[in-house]
Amino acid sequence: MGPDAQVTMTAPRLLHPGAWWLWAVALAACALRTTNPVLLCLIIAVAGWVVVSRRADVPWSRSFASFLRLGMIVIVVRVVFQIFFGVRVPGTTLFTIPEVTLPGWAAGVSLGGPVTIESLMAAVYQGLRLAAVLACFGAATSLCSPYRMLRALPTVLYEAGVAVTIAFTFAPQAIVSSRQVREARRLRGRSDRGVRAWTASALPVLEGALDRAVALAASMDSRGYGRRGSSSTAVRRRSIGLVLLGLIAIAVGSYGLLDPGAPAIFRIPALALGAVALLGALIAGGKSTMRTRYRPDPWVAPEWIVSIAGLVAFGSFVIVGRMGSALSPSTNPLEVPAVPFIAVIGLLVGALPAWFAPHPPTLASASGPLVVAA
Amino acid sequence: MIRFEHVTITYPEATTPTLVDVSFEVPEGELCLVVGVTGSGKSTLLRAVNGLVPRFSGGVLAGSVVIDGRTTSSVAPRDLADVVGVVGQDPAAGFVTDYVEDELAYAMENLGVAPDVMRRRVEDILDLLGLHELRHRPLASLSGGQQQRVAIGSVLTAGPRVLVLDEPTSALDPAAAEEVLAALTRLVHDLGITVLIAEHRLERVVQYADRIVMVPGDGRPVVVGTPAEVFGESVVAPPVVELGRLAGWSPLPLSVRDARRVAGPLRERLASIDTSAFSRSPKALGEVVAITDSLQASYGPVTALRGVDLEFRAGEVVALMGRNGAGKSTLLNHLVGLREPASGAVQVLGSQPHRLSARDVVRVAGLVPQDSGVLLYHDTVAAECSASDRDAGLAHGATRKVLDRIVPDIDPLTHPRDLSEGQRLGLALSIVLASEPPLLLLDEPTRGLDYGAKQRLVEVLAQLAGDGHAVVIATHDVEVVAAVADRCIVLAEGEVVADGPARDVVVHSPVFAPQVAKVLAPLALLTVHEVELALAAASDSSYS
Repeated sequence: MGPDAQVTMTAPRLLHPGAWWLWAVALAACALRTTNPVLLCLIIAVAGWVVVSRRADVPWSRSFASFLRLGMIVIVVRVVFQIFFGVRVPGTTLFTIPEVTLPGWAAGVSLGGPVTIESLMAAVYQGLRLAAVLACFGAATSLCSPYRMLRALPTVLYEAGVAVTIAFTFAPQAIVSSRQVREARRLRGRSDRGVRAWTASALPVLEGALDRAVALAASMDSRGYGRRGSSSTAVRRRSIGLVLLGLIAIAVGSYGLLDPGAPAIFRIPALALGAVALLGALIAGGKSTMRTRYRPDPWVAPEWIVSIAGLVAFGSFVIVGRMGSALSPSTNPLEVPAVPFIAVIGLLVGALPAWFAPHPPTLASASGPLVVAA
Repeated sequence: MIRFEHVTITYPEATTPTLVDVSFEVPEGELCLVVGVTGSGKSTLLRAVNGLVPRFSGGVLAGSVVIDGRTTSSVAPRDLADVVGVVGQDPAAGFVTDYVEDELAYAMENLGVAPDVMRRRVEDILDLLGLHELRHRPLASLSGGQQQRVAIGSVLTAGPRVLVLDEPTSALDPAAAEEVLAALTRLVHDLGITVLIAEHRLERVVQYADRIVMVPGDGRPVVVGTPAEVFGESVVAPPVVELGRLAGWSPLPLSVRDARRVAGPLRERLASIDTSAFSRSPKALGEVVAITDSLQASYGPVTALRGVDLEFRAGEVVALMGRNGAGKSTLLNHLVGLREPASGAVQVLGSQPHRLSARDVVRVAGLVPQDSGVLLYHDTVAAECSASDRDAGLAHGATRKVLDRIVPDIDPLTHPRDLSEGQRLGLALSIVLASEPPLLLLDEPTRGLDYGAKQRLVEVLAQLAGDGHAVVIATHDVEVVAAVADRCIVLAEGEVVADGPARDVVVHSPVFAPQVAKVLAPLALLTVHEVELALAAASDSSYS
């Protein structure tokens, strides 16, 4: 238990946050490459299974369910938009809603018209894809403490101090905050179920989460997070510029990699440029920031297994994508999606962390008498 | 070490400044206590020491704050981390890691301390604050007092010369508060660290203070001086000081020890008085409102309540006491149906609260939670009141009527966030009371309240009990228990260890006895007010 525990395959300890995030991002990348509903459901199932087997007993470990719920909402919204505003796709008409003729300047936007089963299925597939990505993100947030991720960040990002803190802790804080708001609603005699309860508590939840994130940022700042050290303003400006350039290039590059239709320059070249810029920033910033680690997180066998499992799953999707169109089943004409064998095997490898990642230490395994916050 | 020069702080969108022209200086190695009524700007003053105000809060700071020779306007809080350590009101909100050791090392990692030095300093701090047994524990599993000590340790490892603490003991039980204060005095005396501390419960800290900064909060200038000087005239004073004023002792005693040494004649004078005349307990109690029957509760593998059998009757004020984590809040949550019993049963007016819908449960039991602000989420007081009427299905204006009785004259257009702590509690209490639940529960209602606001709360609670509500307060505040409770229940590790008339339970306990009782023991007098009555009775009997 605790950071001092022996690093072995089986001893309970927290896995390196980088490993979990690499695994989750790889799964999310799989989801972004496909609209095959079978594979997407399988991705959600894999993420869920790993979360259930390896999450710690902490407040944010329950965030997975919230992300699933958010995914459901995304699908519903996507379908509703398709019904009212979607591009009309020919096919089997399910029902027709009255068409509104829009003025000339709004050409290209259609309102109403026949709703076909083909268009609905396409909308469901696309919504499902986004839901799967959300599930992967939810898995990462429930599996590793946002605090540990924050500490593992490279030093150059500290320049963005407060913003980074809020970005990383907002979702988990919102989970804590939403439980509090739900209880408060009940104490006021309001129902805690239903759509109205959801919308009415959205604002207080966001407010509460933001307040907590800012309080945390203040605490981190007053304990020296993001200290400048001895570097001059010019050096800092240069490293901030490099970080920005690197992040934008990587964002463009990953988009290009995920969207098969993007121009070639937006793929590997953009990624390479981003990597070089970030490396430059690391070297420029690394000289001036003087950060040390108390007990560095180890990166040993379980970390390798988890991250490679994610990469294998992604690799299998790349291979299947090269081989045919199984990743994007046709909705017009509508067909039963094929289930590519290689992708399924890849995803099953992606589920290996459920067995090979170490168990997180539990509250009960901590030494000494336990006191529960009342 | 710390110097405020004509500091005026105005928050954005505020019409008047929070602090006006504040100037004072704290020399090295002093323990300086910041006092003032709620909302007077104590927290603002503390957060200005390392520049969190205005850098994190927004607003404008005129004048200058000089710390160790550096002005905060030119140095960011992060660059002062090795000079000032700041511990906020809620230590858990500031934790950045998951384990005790990591939390202690965090500030040093940011400062770039070499790993071997880090190891050594973590060991030193673990010993200094008595945390060595907790080093591998997850922070989430610690009790309030332990968390507070870890939070202090986590800023101390950076080796600051100044420690700033905002209400470090307000959430702690009396024993845990002693633990934290003992650690602080050791830091001041052994290491010469300068400590600036804000605290409402003066009775806990005033005896350790070298200097007091009084923030009046109504535009008058701050008063700085030794405790005896400041409390000669201050409106906020701990019970022992008030007792000293009543008895005419000079110099004013600041600790129980000082008071007890001069209290001999007073005790003799009061010895003949029959104190049972002041006891509130034997009065007509109403019917049983709530029952718990071998109630068990657990969080995962941890049992929070073990077989609790209790009865609450209409018309009584019950104080629920015990360590942090003894199960007080858990018991309240069960009584209001937020949690389902693991085994055993809870009955409020014959129904099981967790089975009732939200709408029905507020008619039988109402809970004002620890942070009463969470109940409020509308833009104005008026909107809160009308929403409350709507939720409970009451006639328009019902909540406002209750509010006017508890805290009169609140501007209906005020944002709840701009209310003072006491007013906000009053608003939350009125919302809960609007549907007239026979069982009223309050979780730590006095946290953050000054003596005046506490006094008003005590009056309101006594009145509610008189109206036939059963009132249960979970609290660490022994002075409030002394002032209002008829009956006192002490919980430990989820079990009831004491249940009886408040006077009998608290008066001889070294932990729970209020200051007046400690000074006058073996006399069973609990508050200054009772002493006043007893003195009047004594002078009557000496004339007759």
